[in-house]
Amino acid sequence: MTAVVAPTAPKRRHGAAATVGRRFILPAAFIVFLIGLQELLTRTDVLPSNYFPPASKIFMAFIDEFSSPALPDALFGTLTTWIQALVISVVLGTAVGILLGLIVPLEAFLRPTIEFLRPVPSVALIPLVVLTIGTGSDSALFLAVFAAFWQVLIPAIIGVRSAHPVALETARSYNFTLWQRIRYIQLPSMMPYLVTSIRLATSTTLILIVTAEIIIQMPGLGYEITMSRSAGNPARMYAYIALSGIAGIVLNGLVRQVEARVASIHGSGGK
Amino acid sequence: MSTLTATAKLNAAAKTRKGRLILGTLGAATAVAAWFLISRESDNPYFPSLEVILERAWEYWTTPEGVNNILASLRTLSGGLFLAIILGVVIGLIIGQLAIVEQAVSPTLEFARAIPATALIPFALMLFGVSDQMKIFLIALGCIWPILLSTADGARGIDKTLSASARAFQITGWKFQTYVMLPAVLPRILVGIRIAIPLSLILMVTSEMVGVQQGLGFVITQAQATFQILTMWSGILILGVLGFLLTFIYSLIERRLLRWADPRRDRE
Repeated sequence: MTAVVAPTAPKRRHGAAATVGRRFILPAAFIVFLIGLQELLTRTDVLPSNYFPPASKIFMAFIDEFSSPALPDALFGTLTTWIQALVISVVLGTAVGILLGLIVPLEAFLRPTIEFLRPVPSVALIPLVVLTIGTGSDSALFLAVFAAFWQVLIPAIIGVRSAHPVALETARSYNFTLWQRIRYIQLPSMMPYLVTSIRLATSTTLILIVTAEIIIQMPGLGYEITMSRSAGNPARMYAYIALSGIAGIVLNGLVRQVEARVASIHGSGGK
Repeated sequence: MSTLTATAKLNAAAKTRKGRLILGTLGAATAVAAWFLISRESDNPYFPSLEVILERAWEYWTTPEGVNNILASLRTLSGGLFLAIILGVVIGLIIGQLAIVEQAVSPTLEFARAIPATALIPFALMLFGVSDQMKIFLIALGCIWPILLSTADGARGIDKTLSASARAFQITGWKFQTYVMLPAVLPRILVGIRIAIPLSLILMVTSEMVGVQQGLGFVITQAQATFQILTMWSGILILGVLGFLLTFIYSLIERRLLRWADPRRDRE
């Protein structure tokens, strides 16, 4: 018996080492290769260095920005608007979704109007928003919510409808109040749909806020990117583009954390 | 009692196809009528009446200039989407089938994807200047991610029985890719494209707002800057119709292609 087990042990250890190598060393090597290639091509002027500053210069510009007051302001401006937009669109989308999900005739009545409004590219509203709301962060908030609301609403409606019929029957025979029914049956059955739509909304809201910052020129990451370009400082521009990417990754990670937390609470509560 | 049965009847009606159609038509008519009536007496310069907007839309968007602007927008949109689909599917198939490539590039992809596509507008402007290439580049760059990732997911999760039987019949290489892999992954590709379409519209309008001299985005920003509120509203209306038509036509194409990829669907 031991004779059979023994030889597999070193093999497994070897396998683990290989996966660590594959999971960390391989991607790291690829990133280093890309950065090295970029550095080489720009230093030798294969890529015009006035458009593409070498990676090392971009990195230096990035470090420089940390001591400038522009960065915390820009980051703060973008992130506060983002959080507001995400919370509003998720809460609003879920609430309206529950309403339309429960009242079938109302949903059928409004469906074509929703289907028409949903694909309207919200950036098309920028000129209107500038005239009526102005050029403050409220405009960006409105645009982001308008875009993300539909992304939450449609899955929310489907989620409400996906509640198990037996569960609904049980709720009825136990004389659940409407609130109890929503809290204990409808919301849990919506969870998987909500998770996906929140993930979509995370990136949609960020895109629209950065767009608003670029087009309307309101303070934030997008504004710093365009300003760096018009000031002829490409290294700083790339530094801010990279920063917006990092912000995107961090935000996605954060949303996933919250999701996991909510899912675990819901899981223990459900059992 | 009578109200109760009426609600029950309405509920039942909303679940049938015909009932939904009637209710929906009623709803759409109500929405348009409400907009029409509420805005008719409007003296707010920013919210003109629907009647005048429609008149203006008919006047401007049927002139050669208006038609040219719509065509310019459609050209860049289709160019960008086409590039994104081709590149996304090809790269997605490679990444999804070669684990070693996936492991090497996935953190880099994760980062590139996280950059909001519009943040790259200044970068695209620097590369291509104010031009059609800039718009196409931007749309392709923004739309490639959902297609690529969805394709890669599909290719990675391909039915093991399917690929094993293909191997047993010695279907390999190009034949395997076109006759086994592509139809199997098609539903995932289509989902990716469905996510990419609204994104492509956003990128089209935005890129036209930053200096290109034609296209729908250009017309509405120009109209806003010169206080031609009616032209602006008519442009927004056209963009809404365009968005609706694009998603509608795409849903038809999608259904058709899905039936081709998996004829068993018909039996359901």
